[in-house]
Amino acid sequence: MTLLITVFAAVIATVVWYANKRSSELKVGILCWMFWGASLMWLVDAIFEYAEQKAEYFTPDPLDMLNDAFLGLSVVALALVIWLVILLIKDPSGRIKDALHKKK
Amino acid sequence: MACFLVPTAEAIVTTVAAKVLQKKEAKAELKLTAPTTGAKALETQEKTAFSRKLMWLSYMLWGGAVLLMFEHVWHGEVVAWFPFLAAMADPADTAEMLHEMATAGVLMAVVVTAVWAVMLVVTSAIEKRAAKSQLQNQE
Repeated sequence: MTLLITVFAAVIATVVWYANKRSSELKVGILCWMFWGASLMWLVDAIFEYAEQKAEYFTPDPLDMLNDAFLGLSVVALALVIWLVILLIKDPSGRIKDALHKKK
Repeated sequence: MACFLVPTAEAIVTTVAAKVLQKKEAKAELKLTAPTTGAKALETQEKTAFSRKLMWLSYMLWGGAVLLMFEHVWHGEVVAWFPFLAAMADPADTAEMLHEMATAGVLMAVVVTAVWAVMLVVTSAIEKRAAKSQLQNQE
Protein backbone atom coordinates (compact mmCIF):
# COMPACT_ATOMS: atom_id res chain seq x y z
CA MET A 1 0.00 0.00 0.00
CA THR A 2 2.89 2.35 0.86
CA LEU A 3 4.54 1.49 -2.46
CA LEU A 4 1.29 2.07 -4.35
CA ILE A 5 0.66 5.47 -2.73
CA THR A 6 4.26 6.55 -3.38
CA VAL A 7 4.09 5.47 -7.04
CA PHE A 8 0.86 7.46 -7.51
CA ALA A 9 2.51 10.48 -5.85
CA ALA A 10 5.53 10.08 -8.16
CA VAL A 11 3.34 9.91 -11.27
CA ILE A 12 1.27 12.95 -10.21
CA ALA A 13 4.42 14.97 -9.37
CA THR A 14 5.96 14.05 -12.75
CA VAL A 15 2.81 15.05 -14.67
CA VAL A 16 2.69 18.37 -12.76
CA TRP A 17 6.40 18.92 -13.54
CA TYR A 18 5.86 18.20 -17.24
CA ALA A 19 2.65 20.19 -17.69
CA ASN A 20 3.49 23.27 -15.66
CA LYS A 21 5.77 25.94 -17.14
CA ARG A 22 6.68 27.23 -13.67
CA SER A 23 7.61 23.76 -12.34
CA SER A 24 11.32 24.43 -12.69
CA GLU A 25 10.99 27.64 -10.70
CA LEU A 26 8.85 25.87 -8.09
CA LYS A 27 11.40 23.03 -7.77
CA VAL A 28 8.78 20.36 -8.54
CA GLY A 29 11.63 18.22 -9.87
CA ILE A 30 12.83 17.64 -6.29
CA LEU A 31 9.47 16.06 -5.46
CA CYS A 32 9.71 13.81 -8.53
CA TRP A 33 13.20 12.58 -7.60
CA MET A 34 12.15 11.94 -3.99
CA PHE A 35 9.03 9.97 -4.88
CA TRP A 36 10.68 7.96 -7.67
CA GLY A 37 13.69 7.16 -5.47
CA ALA A 38 11.42 5.98 -2.65
CA SER A 39 9.19 4.04 -5.08
CA LEU A 40 12.18 2.12 -6.45
CA MET A 41 13.44 1.33 -2.96
CA TRP A 42 10.01 0.14 -1.81
CA LEU A 43 9.72 -1.92 -4.97
CA VAL A 44 12.87 -3.80 -3.95
CA ASP A 45 11.42 -4.17 -0.45
CA ALA A 46 8.20 -5.56 -1.97
CA ILE A 47 10.18 -8.08 -4.07
CA PHE A 48 11.92 -9.37 -0.94
CA GLU A 49 8.59 -9.57 0.92
CA TYR A 50 7.00 -11.39 -2.01
CA ALA A 51 9.88 -13.88 -2.10
CA GLU A 52 9.27 -14.57 1.58
CA GLN A 53 5.46 -14.65 1.69
CA LYS A 54 4.62 -15.73 -1.89
CA ALA A 55 0.90 -15.31 -2.76
CA GLU A 56 0.09 -14.29 0.81
CA TYR A 57 1.75 -10.95 0.02
CA PHE A 58 -1.31 -9.95 -2.05
CA THR A 59 -3.83 -10.72 0.68
CA PRO A 60 -2.77 -8.59 3.63
CA ASP A 61 -4.79 -8.17 6.83
CA PRO A 62 -7.16 -5.19 6.67
CA LEU A 63 -5.49 -3.72 9.75
CA ASP A 64 -2.01 -4.01 8.16
CA MET A 65 -3.37 -2.42 4.99
CA LEU A 66 -4.82 0.46 6.95
CA ASN A 67 -1.52 0.98 8.77
CA ASP A 68 0.40 0.86 5.48
CA ALA A 69 -2.01 3.34 3.87
CA PHE A 70 -1.62 5.66 6.84
CA LEU A 71 2.17 5.31 6.51
CA GLY A 72 1.99 6.01 2.76
CA LEU A 73 0.01 9.20 3.28
CA SER A 74 2.42 10.28 6.03
CA VAL A 75 5.35 9.68 3.65
CA VAL A 76 3.68 11.89 1.03
CA ALA A 77 3.07 14.58 3.64
CA LEU A 78 6.72 14.42 4.79
CA ALA A 79 7.98 14.70 1.19
CA LEU A 80 5.73 17.72 0.60
CA VAL A 81 7.03 19.38 3.77
CA ILE A 82 10.67 18.73 2.69
CA TRP A 83 9.90 20.19 -0.76
CA LEU A 84 8.24 23.24 0.80
CA VAL A 85 11.22 23.86 3.13
CA ILE A 86 13.65 23.60 0.16
CA LEU A 87 11.43 25.94 -1.88
CA LEU A 88 11.29 28.54 0.91
CA ILE A 89 15.06 28.33 1.53
CA LYS A 90 15.95 28.63 -2.17
CA ASP A 91 13.25 31.31 -2.58
CA PRO A 92 13.33 31.34 -6.43
CA SER A 93 10.81 34.16 -6.87
CA GLY A 94 12.32 36.21 -4.05
CA ARG A 95 9.11 36.38 -1.98
CA ILE A 96 10.87 35.66 1.33
CA LYS A 97 13.61 38.15 0.49
CA ASP A 98 11.01 40.79 -0.36
CA ALA A 99 9.08 40.09 2.83
CA LEU A 100 12.23 40.35 4.96
CA HIS A 101 13.42 43.56 3.32
CA LYS A 102 10.02 45.17 3.29
CA LYS A 103 10.07 48.27 5.42
CA LYS A 104 7.05 48.61 7.74
CA MET B 1 15.86 -2.81 9.64
CA ALA B 2 18.52 -0.47 8.28
CA CYS B 3 18.54 -1.11 4.53
CA PHE B 4 18.26 2.64 3.86
CA LEU B 5 21.84 3.11 5.12
CA VAL B 6 23.32 1.64 1.93
CA PRO B 7 21.57 4.13 -0.43
CA THR B 8 22.43 6.89 2.10
CA ALA B 9 26.13 6.02 1.85
CA GLU B 10 25.90 6.08 -1.96
CA ALA B 11 24.02 9.39 -1.80
CA ILE B 12 26.87 10.96 0.24
CA VAL B 13 29.47 9.73 -2.27
CA THR B 14 27.49 10.91 -5.33
CA THR B 15 26.75 14.32 -3.80
CA VAL B 16 30.44 14.93 -3.02
CA ALA B 17 31.45 13.67 -6.48
CA ALA B 18 28.86 15.92 -8.17
CA LYS B 19 30.05 18.99 -6.25
CA VAL B 20 33.71 18.31 -7.10
CA LEU B 21 32.78 17.71 -10.74
CA GLN B 22 30.71 20.89 -10.82
CA LYS B 23 33.76 22.94 -9.77
CA LYS B 24 35.99 21.18 -12.32
CA GLU B 25 33.46 21.76 -15.11
CA ALA B 26 33.18 25.45 -14.21
CA LYS B 27 36.98 25.77 -14.34
CA ALA B 28 37.19 23.87 -17.65
CA GLU B 29 34.47 26.08 -19.13
CA LEU B 30 36.54 29.15 -18.36
CA LYS B 31 39.73 27.68 -19.79
CA LEU B 32 38.38 26.05 -22.94
CA THR B 33 36.69 27.91 -25.72
CA ALA B 34 34.00 25.75 -27.25
CA PRO B 35 33.83 25.41 -31.03
CA THR B 36 31.57 28.15 -32.35
CA THR B 37 30.26 26.49 -35.50
CA GLY B 38 29.16 23.11 -36.81
CA ALA B 39 27.62 20.02 -35.28
CA LYS B 40 30.14 19.84 -32.44
CA ALA B 41 29.20 23.32 -31.25
CA LEU B 42 25.49 22.48 -31.22
CA GLU B 43 26.14 19.24 -29.37
CA THR B 44 28.17 21.13 -26.74
CA GLN B 45 25.37 23.66 -26.32
CA GLU B 46 22.64 21.00 -26.01
CA LYS B 47 24.51 18.66 -23.66
CA THR B 48 23.62 18.64 -19.97
CA ALA B 49 26.66 18.77 -17.68
CA PHE B 50 27.52 15.39 -16.13
CA SER B 51 27.60 16.93 -12.66
CA ARG B 52 23.93 17.87 -13.12
CA LYS B 53 23.12 14.33 -14.23
CA LEU B 54 24.96 12.99 -11.20
CA MET B 55 22.84 15.24 -9.00
CA TRP B 56 19.72 13.49 -10.38
CA LEU B 57 21.04 10.23 -8.93
CA SER B 58 21.92 12.00 -5.73
CA TYR B 59 18.39 13.47 -5.37
CA MET B 60 16.80 10.07 -5.99
CA LEU B 61 19.05 8.39 -3.42
CA TRP B 62 18.60 11.11 -0.78
CA GLY B 63 14.83 11.31 -1.31
CA GLY B 64 14.36 7.56 -1.19
CA ALA B 65 16.66 7.13 1.80
CA VAL B 66 14.96 9.89 3.84
CA LEU B 67 11.46 8.55 3.15
CA LEU B 68 12.61 5.00 3.89
CA MET B 69 14.19 6.16 7.14
CA PHE B 70 10.81 7.63 8.09
CA GLU B 71 9.24 4.21 7.50
CA HIS B 72 11.84 2.66 9.83
CA VAL B 73 11.07 5.27 12.49
CA TRP B 74 7.37 4.44 12.02
CA HIS B 75 8.07 0.75 12.67
CA GLY B 76 10.32 1.48 15.68
CA GLU B 77 13.48 0.23 13.96
CA VAL B 78 15.20 3.62 14.17
CA VAL B 79 15.17 5.13 17.64
CA ALA B 80 16.07 8.53 19.10
CA TRP B 81 18.81 7.22 21.41
CA PHE B 82 22.30 5.84 20.71
CA PRO B 83 23.08 3.70 18.66
CA PHE B 84 19.83 4.81 16.94
CA LEU B 85 19.10 1.36 15.48
CA ALA B 86 16.89 -0.91 17.61
CA ALA B 87 18.53 -4.01 16.07
CA MET B 88 21.89 -3.04 17.62
CA ALA B 89 20.63 -4.02 21.08
CA ASP B 90 20.77 -7.74 20.33
CA PRO B 91 23.61 -9.55 18.47
CA ALA B 92 21.16 -11.85 16.64
CA ASP B 93 19.15 -8.85 15.46
CA THR B 94 22.37 -7.07 14.47
CA ALA B 95 23.37 -10.02 12.28
CA GLU B 96 19.93 -10.02 10.67
CA MET B 97 20.19 -6.26 10.11
CA LEU B 98 23.59 -6.60 8.43
CA HIS B 99 22.23 -9.38 6.23
CA GLU B 100 19.31 -7.17 5.21
CA MET B 101 21.70 -4.31 4.42
CA ALA B 102 23.84 -6.62 2.30
CA THR B 103 20.84 -7.94 0.35
CA ALA B 104 17.91 -5.49 0.23
CA GLY B 105 20.04 -2.38 0.87
CA VAL B 106 22.58 -3.16 -1.83
CA LEU B 107 19.84 -4.12 -4.31
CA MET B 108 18.02 -0.82 -3.62
CA ALA B 109 21.18 1.14 -4.43
CA VAL B 110 21.82 -0.98 -7.53
CA VAL B 111 18.24 -0.61 -8.84
CA VAL B 112 18.23 3.19 -8.37
CA THR B 113 21.65 3.45 -10.07
CA ALA B 114 20.52 1.18 -12.92
CA VAL B 115 17.40 3.30 -13.52
CA TRP B 116 19.61 6.41 -13.51
CA ALA B 117 21.95 4.76 -16.06
CA VAL B 118 18.97 4.07 -18.34
CA MET B 119 17.97 7.73 -17.94
CA LEU B 120 21.48 8.77 -19.02
CA VAL B 121 21.19 6.72 -22.21
CA VAL B 122 17.75 8.18 -22.98
CA THR B 123 18.79 11.81 -22.29
CA SER B 124 21.93 11.34 -24.38
CA ALA B 125 19.78 10.15 -27.31
CA ILE B 126 17.40 13.12 -26.85
CA GLU B 127 20.34 15.56 -26.77
CA LYS B 128 21.82 14.08 -29.94
CA ARG B 129 18.45 14.22 -31.72
CA ALA B 130 17.93 17.86 -30.67
CA ALA B 131 21.41 18.85 -31.91
CA LYS B 132 20.83 17.05 -35.19
CA SER B 133 17.46 18.72 -35.86
CA GLN B 134 18.91 22.12 -34.95
CA LEU B 135 21.74 21.57 -37.43
CA GLN B 136 19.27 20.55 -40.14
CA ASN B 137 17.22 23.70 -39.48
CA GLN B 138 20.36 25.85 -39.85
CA GLU B 139 21.18 24.22 -43.19
